[in-house]
Amino acid sequence: MSGIRRNPWKWHALLLIPFVATLWVPFYDRVEPSVAGIPFFYWYLLLWIVLVAVLNGVVYVATRERRGE
Amino acid sequence: MNVPAAVVFFTLFALVTVLGFVAARWRRGDLDQLHEWGLGGRRFGTLVTWFLLGGDLYTAYTFIAVPALVYGAGALGFFAVPFTIIAYPIVFVVAPRLWSVSHARGYITGADFVRGRFQSPLLALAIALTALLATMPYIALQLVGIQVVVAALGIEGQGWMADLPLIVAFVILAAYTYNAGLRAPAMIAVVKDAVIYVTVIAAIFVIPAQLGGFGKIFAAVPPPKLLLLPGQTSTFVTLAFGSSLALMLYPHAMTGLLASSGRRVIQRNTALLPAYSLLLGIIALFGYMALAAHVGDAPEFAHGFQQYGANYAVPALFLRSFPSWFVGVAFAAIAIGALVPAAVMSIASANLFTRNIYREYLRPRCTDKEEARVAKIVSLVVKLGALVFIVALPQKYAIQLQLLGGVWILQTFPAMILGLYTRWLHRWGLLAGWAVGMTLGTWMCSTTGFKSTTFALRLGALSVPGYAALWALLANLAVTVLGTLALSALRVSPGEDETHPEDYFSDRA
Repeated sequence: MSGIRRNPWKWHALLLIPFVATLWVPFYDRVEPSVAGIPFFYWYLLLWIVLVAVLNGVVYVATRERRGE
Repeated sequence: MNVPAAVVFFTLFALVTVLGFVAARWRRGDLDQLHEWGLGGRRFGTLVTWFLLGGDLYTAYTFIAVPALVYGAGALGFFAVPFTIIAYPIVFVVAPRLWSVSHARGYITGADFVRGRFQSPLLALAIALTALLATMPYIALQLVGIQVVVAALGIEGQGWMADLPLIVAFVILAAYTYNAGLRAPAMIAVVKDAVIYVTVIAAIFVIPAQLGGFGKIFAAVPPPKLLLLPGQTSTFVTLAFGSSLALMLYPHAMTGLLASSGRRVIQRNTALLPAYSLLLGIIALFGYMALAAHVGDAPEFAHGFQQYGANYAVPALFLRSFPSWFVGVAFAAIAIGALVPAAVMSIASANLFTRNIYREYLRPRCTDKEEARVAKIVSLVVKLGALVFIVALPQKYAIQLQLLGGVWILQTFPAMILGLYTRWLHRWGLLAGWAVGMTLGTWMCSTTGFKSTTFALRLGALSVPGYAALWALLANLAVTVLGTLALSALRVSPGEDETHPEDYFSDRA
């Protein structure tokens, strides 16, 4: 097993994106564009639930240590 | 009484009870060891951790209270969604360090870590008491979930008989938690989560169609509730951010994280647990569906709303929209959903009391076996306390205390989370900061008559309403840093650090 990577910080920086995207409220506190009758405010936040899962998954894979070498 | 619903409800409840008792034999360990009883032997893999944490963090009360808040307050209630979005990147980065150091040093509670890191039993006591204080009303509120659905099933009695179903449910819960420890909620969580997913997926197909689509549903929402009002933005942001910082600090969250079998299991789960956030987001929208279905005006629900307020919105919506037998499934989801977090919270509280109060101050020489036995008994006492609390006192006290609990628990952030990264902070500085944060946060809430955790911070002519927990944390941090500078200048001993840098990266071999 190779050593544990102790500096995954570059990848961790990606995880700051959800903070900006969901805490910068003026960007999404609006009705249009609505989708299937759901105002932007609501579907944007629901979409970010999926995006944060994807981001965490990407960072997980990118910081994977190679075992068994 | 709604007979088909009640039959389905009690069948599912009985199934869970059997599972709870069988759990003691699952991945059998020596239950006379606290880390076996109270952390399941730190052996839960990705899937079990997903079920356990999902069942534990997304409590029945959350599933009742979030749509109730959306029903009553509109968009502001949706802060729970950004909260659960940003909580996971934090867990991804921070929780592996906590897991590693706890694994390396045998820590079972957050207060264990603080004690070892800062060589301060007193600071650890402050952390443990805060965590206990924040958790107790949370356990009590899980009972509200059961109470509401039992009432909605139409089961009623006179006097103390009215609380009989609740008492029976809790006695059963107490028995199998005592017996099997954390293995019981881990196993029950599988059923709970399956039933919850089925309910929500059915609801999202059935209810909007009945109401004429999402366009009609949102059209029924009064315009001021649809988006955040200008003055609500800062409240929304600070509630979401403050709650996400606090999530990991809750003992039930920490117990679930520490019970996993490794760092990568936790990180993998930060990509998988948002599935529950999606459920929560959909459930939050149930608040609007309840508005669009006008359940608040229906005479058959008037009694329920009178007794439980907006918390009755979702049960009423289910009763109106689903066939009777499926109402049983949906209500079982809520009631079983209350058992998992209640069990984990009582186990986490028992771990805290036993490790950081009993062993620290009362019986330093107690054996491992005695430690585990005390924890089992404390888990019973904690649940009994919650039961008495909810049966004997008005519900509003539990709600107010739970809100305060959120403010209090965030005051352990500097010692617990910053402590994972730096030893620069001084133990007495941390203690002073904690005391200031607790006092200030409580005072801010008292100015609203403990009805709300929103406090308007005045900066000159500017007034910024926001989450009192976050304002109190800022004061806490300021005092901690200034105290550290002063104590270092005075050369007051910072204590020994028993942890080593490599402890924070240790993993299962």
